[in-house]
Amino acid sequence: MSNYPRPDAATLLEIYKKATLIKQNDERIIKQMMAGKLVTPYYSPRGQEIIPSAISVSLDDDDYICTIYRGIHDMLAKGFPLGELWAELAGKATGTCKGKGGPMHLTHPAKGMMVTTGIVGSSMPIATGLGWAAKLDGKGRVSVANFGDGAANIGAFHESLNLAALWKLPVIFVCQNNLYAEHTSFADSTLIEKLSSRAAAYGMPGVTVNGNDPDEMYGAAKIAIERARAGEGPTLIEALTFRFNGHLIGDAAPYIPKAELEAAKAVDPVPALRARLIAAGISTEAALAAIEAAIDAEIDAAVAAANTAPFPEIIELKRDVFAEEIA
Amino acid sequence: MTEIKQLNLIQAINLALNDAMEADPKVILLGEEVGDKEEGGVMGVTKGLSTKFGTGRVKSTPISEQAIIGAAIGASVGGYRPVAEIMLMNFMAVPMDMIVNHAAKLRFMSGGQTSVPIVIRTMTGAGFSTGGQHSDYTEAWFAHTPGLKVVAPSNPDDAYGLMRSAIEDNDPVIFIENLPSYWTPGPVTGQHVPIGKAKVALEGTDITIVAHSRMVTEALAAAKTLAKDGISLEIVDLRTISPWDRATVLASAEKTGRAIIVHEAVKQFGIGAEIASVISEELWGRLKAPVKRLGGAFSPVPFSKPLENAFVPTAADIAATARAIVAA
Repeated sequence: MSNYPRPDAATLLEIYKKATLIKQNDERIIKQMMAGKLVTPYYSPRGQEIIPSAISVSLDDDDYICTIYRGIHDMLAKGFPLGELWAELAGKATGTCKGKGGPMHLTHPAKGMMVTTGIVGSSMPIATGLGWAAKLDGKGRVSVANFGDGAANIGAFHESLNLAALWKLPVIFVCQNNLYAEHTSFADSTLIEKLSSRAAAYGMPGVTVNGNDPDEMYGAAKIAIERARAGEGPTLIEALTFRFNGHLIGDAAPYIPKAELEAAKAVDPVPALRARLIAAGISTEAALAAIEAAIDAEIDAAVAAANTAPFPEIIELKRDVFAEEIA
Repeated sequence: MTEIKQLNLIQAINLALNDAMEADPKVILLGEEVGDKEEGGVMGVTKGLSTKFGTGRVKSTPISEQAIIGAAIGASVGGYRPVAEIMLMNFMAVPMDMIVNHAAKLRFMSGGQTSVPIVIRTMTGAGFSTGGQHSDYTEAWFAHTPGLKVVAPSNPDDAYGLMRSAIEDNDPVIFIENLPSYWTPGPVTGQHVPIGKAKVALEGTDITIVAHSRMVTEALAAAKTLAKDGISLEIVDLRTISPWDRATVLASAEKTGRAIIVHEAVKQFGIGAEIASVISEELWGRLKAPVKRLGGAFSPVPFSKPLENAFVPTAADIAATARAIVAA
């Protein structure tokens, strides 16, 4: 990985901004839930912030992404509007999906966020199709499929990677391996050491990186994205990471050994990047504090707007089932 | 197209795909063996299209039903109008997650921001001793899913017209082709057939038969037999199973006062139950007899010819049921 392209100072700062937005937003969601002010199934991405932050700095607005129920980090990194996000979380009419999708189906085509699925493994076939559309368009657009280690054991993984490789589609398969598929550890579900080794079975490059390391994650993503843009086909990236919370909020995760969780939290990637930015002279304590305060203020505004927004009208049950409203 | 051609179902669907691809460069095809190198589909429905439009727009796939439907969904969300082939209707069970959880629901779950204008072509039907995993009619699964449209033509003209409309429709459409009817020729006018509109295939006075796909042919045969006995059938060819044409069905049932719904799918929990229920709810007190249903036996489709013949409703079954309710 020594030959990987590395993020410059401005890019590192950009990665930090995205990662800290994801972290602060996550903390606020959990706080609101604990206070009884927000009721939603919520799959926290805390601990996985660096992965989409370091990928999305190499993506354009019209590049496609598909993600899964644990995908708010992928969405925020690509520029999901906070106001529409919080309104959607609250089930309000002003939500990005008019309150009809919720956190598991966040969608924002204006910035390429085409599909969020609540089904493990289902982001991959659809992202493959978006890659096909991108190839037919011929404009150099790419498609990113986000999924977890659990999804790598679903048949759709095999079918999608094979088809994307066969058709040389501009797809980047990003397996965010947080070492737990719901309650089951990676070791208890998969014998091989590296999921990226499966790429060889499809004739595509595969690489395992430390997803919490902005340099490695940025470099691997950049190579894969450029390869896809150049028409050279898909790549499988296994981004190793860790999930700081249970499968969903409310799951105390007794299946994760305490020492394992503590060790992961001790190398929390977001404060680690913060310290690095200051140590390297890329930013200052005061400047970063200002960024963080601005993000908090933005979240405040989004939460307040969501709270006062109206719920969808019941007539919405008849809308968007088909193109034409149901009589 | 102004001239009326004599085409069979295969040729009519092939022509519809050809005409749709000529009319709109966003129409693309995918599925197992759909390209000419693989003989243009196992029944030749897509023959010639990859040669004419190129293998970029007509793509043969590996045997990967989840990826086929996923790729179709993704391409449609990305602005294309894919027509995917799932070779046999039983194989639709394989990509069911893609169809039911994604194709059907993305428009609603995204609050209308995305849509899935795909057509899934699939063939099925008892009659060729293809047994329990190659012959089933599973239209009720899809009709029971909000967000999906389901069409099932009974003749080449409707097959052409429904395919053109299905491709232009902005929602996912399941397009059911009946295998034993593939080689039956008929006139093709080249007109679009609107989705959601049934057709009165035969006007009559005594009993309404509601059918789709090959059961329309059986009903027409039954009508000829019954006419000799002075019993007049009115046959409503549904054409679209979902959303079904309540107005046409109810108008016919009100006129005749009697109705039999016939489908090849297993009778229990089949679409006949929904249609019979609506007729009863809407026309209670105006019917001369209880609404009847005819459907496949509650078993997997059997292999052995006598069993297969007994499994599926026939013209004789329709005639016998009609006689019984007229006599009642």
